[in-house]
Amino acid sequence: MRREGSPWTGLWAVFFKEMADHLSGLRMRILEALILLSALGAVYTGTQTLRQTVGEDPYLYLKLLTTAQDPLPSFVGFLSFFVPLAAIALAFDAVNGEYARGTLSRVLSQPIYRDALLFGKFLAGLGTLAVLLLALFLLVVGMGLFTLGVPPEGEEMARAFFFLLATLAYAGVWLALGLLFSTLFRQPATAALAAIGVWLFFAIFFPILTDLAAGALLLQADPFDPESQLRQANLALWISRLSPNTLYAEALTAVLNPAVRSLGPILITQLEGAVLGTPLPLSQSLLLIWPQLTGLFALAVLLFTLAYVAFQRQEVRA
Amino acid sequence: MAVIETRGLTKRYGRVVAVEDLNLAVEEGEVFGLLGPNGSGKTTTILMLLGLTEPTAGEARVLGLDPMREPLKVKARVGYLPDQVGFYGELTAWENLRYTTRLLGLPEAEARARIEEVLRRMGLWEVRDRRVSAFSRGMRQRLGLAEVLLKRPRVAILDEPTLGLDPEAAREFLGLIKGLKAEGITVLLSSHLLHQVQEICDRVGLFHKGRLALLGTVEELAQRVLGGGYEIQVEASPGLKEAFLALEGVARVEAEGGRYRVFATRDLRPELAQVAVARGPLFGLALRRPSLDEVYARYFQEVAHAA
Ligand SMILES: Nc1ncnc2c1ncn2[C@@H]1O[C@H](COP(=O)(O)OP(=O)(O)OP(=O)(O)O)[C@@H](O)[C@H]1O
Ligand SMILES: [Mg+2]
Repeated sequence: MRREGSPWTGLWAVFFKEMADHLSGLRMRILEALILLSALGAVYTGTQTLRQTVGEDPYLYLKLLTTAQDPLPSFVGFLSFFVPLAAIALAFDAVNGEYARGTLSRVLSQPIYRDALLFGKFLAGLGTLAVLLLALFLLVVGMGLFTLGVPPEGEEMARAFFFLLATLAYAGVWLALGLLFSTLFRQPATAALAAIGVWLFFAIFFPILTDLAAGALLLQADPFDPESQLRQANLALWISRLSPNTLYAEALTAVLNPAVRSLGPILITQLEGAVLGTPLPLSQSLLLIWPQLTGLFALAVLLFTLAYVAFQRQEVRA
Repeated sequence: MAVIETRGLTKRYGRVVAVEDLNLAVEEGEVFGLLGPNGSGKTTTILMLLGLTEPTAGEARVLGLDPMREPLKVKARVGYLPDQVGFYGELTAWENLRYTTRLLGLPEAEARARIEEVLRRMGLWEVRDRRVSAFSRGMRQRLGLAEVLLKRPRVAILDEPTLGLDPEAAREFLGLIKGLKAEGITVLLSSHLLHQVQEICDRVGLFHKGRLALLGTVEELAQRVLGGGYEIQVEASPGLKEAFLALEGVARVEAEGGRYRVFATRDLRPELAQVAVARGPLFGLALRRPSLDEVYARYFQEVAHAA
């Protein structure tokens, strides 16, 4: 049976309401404070290290984002740690919260489809994170200007833009996951816990598992046949790419470090004619991370679709 | 044309039958009451009328529209007050309604005017800037009705509108509902509070285990269940029982000395008075409207007996 009327009626009403809720909510204040503090710390150490080398490095600002100094991780390291948490925090009670407050049947009795409600919530989460990221990024650049005294170059800015885009795609994955759990679990606390569980799994246990798997795979390879070793190494790499964290990390490596020419094992023959250490142009770096970006995007779409299907099947009453 | 019409409407949850083969027609401008014990299918029926739940079989028409096929059109014209109405506690009453006007797609100026109108009408204008989390149950309920009116609906569907209200608040709320009828809005409401339903409903439907067991005006139901729609109390001289019973339209007479309770199919006061005066003095004559409570109690007694 065909439904009549656009599924997106009311989408922007939901979007703006949710976005206003997020931006004014206490939850966001806490996240902002957390992210801000850690970013400040990371950038401070970054500038301290870089001040000595100003003028020697063509990609000063990218270095600023990626330089880590024990015990502090880099700005990028902090972000990849906090972005999933922030996304989950924005989404874990999106649907079950409406049930709990008894607002769902009232909202759905207005002339909108469920599509608009769910997608509006997703977009609002994404929009909120985009605002947050942009503000943070501008802050970092501002601090860089202040302490380093050199303006960023055009290509650096372009690379930073794609870095933000990749981060947003990564955030979209966790946002969609939070949304999915918020439809599957009636208790917001359960949904939050489940989402954080998945995040912990991919942040901590998955790398251990892939390391073990890679070790086992290499043992199976014929030690005298480089080709079989390469095959096994590639296989291990592919397994590790099942995690959104790996995809994101790879995308960051390539887009923020112009010297990176490949995201997998390279044969020495492939380097023939290459001038080692010369930076890749942006377009080549983008080509390199294209699969990672689309992978993240597809994962977000898949998770959102699952949430959508689950939500469509649910009864309006709790 | 009936404003709400269902044909063979059925909803099953797995093996649980929530609503079965419902045939109902609610006319324009009518106040219709859905009655029935807990779990008898009232809320499910309402959700199907709004397109919020898909029927297993049968079909519904609201204002001539199919709620499954054209839910947006139906929901733009039908106001709904859920049984557990909830609002965003961290927003004010005004902001909550503003969100609804955005979902309705009303332009800014129109929205502001309508919000003021409905808030004033529900007596909430003074507290418009208070957070809804600080609202009492009665205020929430009135805010819910305000939201229903925001749409300028042609049909209002209210699920247990007086649930949890104190008697005074409930009475006030019923007055507001009567106001809707005066405006020409068709009202469908569900309730357990029978005397309230009786007070405001033109017709009622009695649900039992998902089936519509009885349908009609309270008098019609009384006639069917109690055997007489009108109960007339007569105080006159003793020994008139036979004479009363001989009147056409009298179903049953209970006599106690000079006091009689006459159950009749229509208002027989003039005839009863004539009979009584012809044989002696007449001290009193009163028509007691049959109460829905009695109908309800009697019906379920009979059902229990039959089972
Ligand atoms: N999601 C569901 N899954 C399974 N059964 C359900 C579901 N929702 C309702 N039911 C069943 O459908 C039947 C009708 O429920 P409904 O809520 O329509 O009753 P009601 O008349 O509104 O009751 P009340 O007066 O308590 O509000 C009940 O037996 C209920 O258990
Ligand atoms: Mg109910």
